[in-house]
Amino acid sequence: MDLATFFIQLLNALQYGLLLFLIASGLTLVFGIMGVINLAHGAFTMVGAYLAWSLAELTGSFWAALALGIPLTVLLGAAVEWLFVRRLYARDHLHQVLLTFGLILILEESRSLLFGDDVHAVAVPALLSGSLPLTDTLSYPVYRLALSGACLALALAMAWVIRATRVGMMVRAGASNREMAEALGIPIKWVQLGVFSTGIALAGLAGMMAAPVSSVYPGMGNQVLILCFVVVVIGGIGSVKGAFVAALLIGLVDTFGKVVTLEVAGVKLLPQLAGMSVYLLMAAVLLWRPEGLFGRRP
Amino acid sequence: MPERETLLEARGLEVGYGASRVLHGVDFTVRAGEAVGLMGRNGMGKTTLLKGFMGIVRPRGGQVRVRGREATGGAPYRVARQGIAWVPEGRGIFPNLSVRENLVMAARPGVHGRRDWTLERVLHAFPRLAERLSHGGQQLSGGEQQMLTIGRALMTNPDLLLLDEATEGLAPLVARHIWRMVEEIRASGIATVIVDKNFAAVNSVTDRCVILVKGRVVFDGASAQLREAPEVAHAHLGV
Repeated sequence: MDLATFFIQLLNALQYGLLLFLIASGLTLVFGIMGVINLAHGAFTMVGAYLAWSLAELTGSFWAALALGIPLTVLLGAAVEWLFVRRLYARDHLHQVLLTFGLILILEESRSLLFGDDVHAVAVPALLSGSLPLTDTLSYPVYRLALSGACLALALAMAWVIRATRVGMMVRAGASNREMAEALGIPIKWVQLGVFSTGIALAGLAGMMAAPVSSVYPGMGNQVLILCFVVVVIGGIGSVKGAFVAALLIGLVDTFGKVVTLEVAGVKLLPQLAGMSVYLLMAAVLLWRPEGLFGRRP
Repeated sequence: MPERETLLEARGLEVGYGASRVLHGVDFTVRAGEAVGLMGRNGMGKTTLLKGFMGIVRPRGGQVRVRGREATGGAPYRVARQGIAWVPEGRGIFPNLSVRENLVMAARPGVHGRRDWTLERVLHAFPRLAERLSHGGQQLSGGEQQMLTIGRALMTNPDLLLLDEATEGLAPLVARHIWRMVEEIRASGIATVIVDKNFAAVNSVTDRCVILVKGRVVFDGASAQLREAPEVAHAHLGV
């Protein structure tokens, strides 16, 4: 692999990892703070992608689709929390898994009824449609760079809100002792509504932003969901920092697993086993640190 | 003495957990600026009564009124926003937040927009906390945790502070510091309800004492009256 190819693959890996982080951070926030396992989290990424496609078709502009799509996913998240998830906080994980699995079915069926089962492509917005030349023959699409930049900016913004603002302190306080936080005047049910809809909006936004580079297809959420759980488990449940590191690791392992050739004692390991590389990484991390990289030790 | 505003009032309060009843129709009143000692042996319902006031446990019968307004079984955050702060037994600090964050997250002007208690004033009152601002809540000693819980409650600029076993398990020197703080809080005009095993200390810092026996009020009168009738305390508290 020459340097330019390596560089391009590195950018791909970062972009993939950052996007994965954006989706998984919502999952780990909701899981870590409210103790709710949301199996439908990936389905909201699909909802975001379909919203981006349909709204872009409708308005003729990807930006308008984003501007309309973001508040729509926030509202959808708030509605789901208010109608369903709110009733699950005090219940065990089995009830949560059942209900959120039901949500996947509802969301997939609604998608099928509203948008059909076709695969769609979303055009890259004109502003970001160019390519940056790296060498005489290789170039890198501007949109992918912008996507990485946007994910990174959102990650920093999220870290800032959680670490440095009073809202973040209230969220963390509520996660550690709900009763006490409430007795200090913090309306925890509103905090939970806010955290859940933010998590859903992050998943939806990731789906919207990824639509021009992936494509929009039925069931895309389930594939994402499994990877998100791998991120959450490797990073440590509830740790946003852990999710960040884990997502980037997965991005690197998955991307380079597909392009690197590795042969040990005449047995071809890579890229033949690339499909398993992410799960092997998870197994290795769990053997080393069962609580995940940044998880709290039990 | 002019009639002062009634901050907190319970009428015929009944609370139970599952099949067991803890409070059997408790009447209790706290007026603005008043210091009330709530006493009783273990398991007589003191902590449950405080939780009932805060809305943390839902009463089965009776009424809680906060500033004259119905608040029975209301959301705890609404009770807190009416100027009532709770310092729970076992302290309830947030171990995943730093000392500064524990204080700052609670900061709020009082009911009439009062902002007497700021971070600076709390740190002035508890210099030990000022030295440990960036420490995590779980790195503090028991006494420091207690100071943090009281400081955090003061950050909400309350008109009434409910103190549940604030000196339990503390070294005598640290406990004395906490009692001095309680006096200071009282002198600043904040009403207090104090639950503590130290009968003499509670009696000396309060205007009025209430004794609970098996979920019923058996004594409600001036603290001075209780000092003059040691047989009452002896019969119900064993002191």
